[in-house]
Amino acid sequence: MDPSEHLFRRESGRLVAALTRVFGVHNLALAEDVVQHAFCRAMEVWKFRGVPENPSAWLMATAKNRALDVLRRQHAARSFAPELGRLLDSEWTLAPAVEELLAPNALKDNLLRMMFSCCHPALAQESQVALILNILCGFSVSEVGSAFVSGHAAIEKRIQRAKKVLAQSKHLFDVALPSDFSARLPAVHRALYLLFNEGYHGASAAHAVRIELCREAIRLVTILLEHPAGTTSKSYALSALMHLNAARLPARVDGAGNLITLFHQDRSLWNRELMLEGFRFLELSATGHEVTEYHIEAAIAAAHSTALRAEDTDWKVIVALYDTLMQIHPSPVVALNRAIAVAQDQGPARGIAEIEAIEDRDRLADYPFYPAALGELELRRGQRDLARDHFQAARSLARNPMERRFLDQRIGACSK
Amino acid sequence: MSEFTFLFRGSDGSASPEQMQQTMKKWLAWFKELGDKGHIKYPGHPLQRTGKVVSGIQKVVHDGPYAEAKDVVNGFTLINAKDLSQAVELSKGCPILEAGGSVEVRPVQIMDM
Repeated sequence: MDPSEHLFRRESGRLVAALTRVFGVHNLALAEDVVQHAFCRAMEVWKFRGVPENPSAWLMATAKNRALDVLRRQHAARSFAPELGRLLDSEWTLAPAVEELLAPNALKDNLLRMMFSCCHPALAQESQVALILNILCGFSVSEVGSAFVSGHAAIEKRIQRAKKVLAQSKHLFDVALPSDFSARLPAVHRALYLLFNEGYHGASAAHAVRIELCREAIRLVTILLEHPAGTTSKSYALSALMHLNAARLPARVDGAGNLITLFHQDRSLWNRELMLEGFRFLELSATGHEVTEYHIEAAIAAAHSTALRAEDTDWKVIVALYDTLMQIHPSPVVALNRAIAVAQDQGPARGIAEIEAIEDRDRLADYPFYPAALGELELRRGQRDLARDHFQAARSLARNPMERRFLDQRIGACSK
Repeated sequence: MSEFTFLFRGSDGSASPEQMQQTMKKWLAWFKELGDKGHIKYPGHPLQRTGKVVSGIQKVVHDGPYAEAKDVVNGFTLINAKDLSQAVELSKGCPILEAGGSVEVRPVQIMDM
């Protein structure tokens, strides 16, 4: 039997989350060691004897045995989870207590605790996302580094610092306290949103890596939605926007690894199943009176989804949605996207005027799609030389070969 | 057909969960290919890294088996092959080689009575 794709990576998150409950969050590194050990054992045994019927259970059992071993041997020297307390003193109480914390029905709760713990207020948002990728999604530090493009050393330091903060927080986040839960929920939403965006718009060169990041974000938001306190209108909206955007991923890159813009995508490649899921979540999100940026972004994605051809897109609706988004969650990137929608509705000249009116557009100085958007609009109104200059500026900002190839092609289009 | 043992040395190193799964996938594929062609006499077992070495008349017990991790045999498999050179060819597909490890190919002495 061949273990399912990414089994080890997925199990890593589950096991570390579960073992941290047993060992205490200050012993995060110990939990990671025990998990690494279980994987080594699995590798050794499975390659000779084949993969067991239930690989997840095998890994959990191996990790549990090792954990019990560590608890027995080190309970005088180390302190473990405060919940375990005196249960550790006797074999009668130790084994059942550990059994309970590692039971399959505690799994989602464990993951959720870790998810909330990673979104510690003392951590910068990027650190929260890096921590989630490392601990919950089982990406190694260098894999996280390659997803984020920033140097390996920078990511390694960031993750180490973040882990120190987490370890010093003494307790894992308690998801059973409703007021704490709802207080931290926005930070969790934000981290999952950033995780998804890193996959969707991020700079990693490998398309496969980016799809994985989007999948992970969807997996985690789904876990959030399985907890009663997590089923808020905002969580549904976040899930809707992820599903609706992820549905377009198969059309976003062609067979040769080239980026395809929304206008030129083969829409028959859009994933109907994800789209329907997205619409279902969008409907579920339409309760209460809170309209968040996630609601609006999901609605924008939905507006694109309903257009069978690019020219069928209802740009007036999309501009109106961007107007709302600018009110509740303004940012230069949102303003840029709004300007592009305006250009679609009212022509390139209006679009360029809108871009030039973006107040804090200096914050877009490193963003290749800012000059690229100007280039596209100049090209559309026939200013080839201006367009070429913009595309060349964009190319010098490109973050990976895929973006460079795309911009080379646009530079070429200026000479035709 | 003759019998051979493959003795595996060296580790697959510390790796990320994803890399470990990829390595394991290669092992499974290699074993499957050997099995499909009837070369596996007995899949064998991994060996734990710890153990003791007992030696000489004095029966001295040492921690063992070896000090260097790369010298430790960490698994064995029994192989059917035509001759040593075929067994050697078969061993070349072992993923442990990609990680800098080694496979020792030893003919099993069979007594013809």
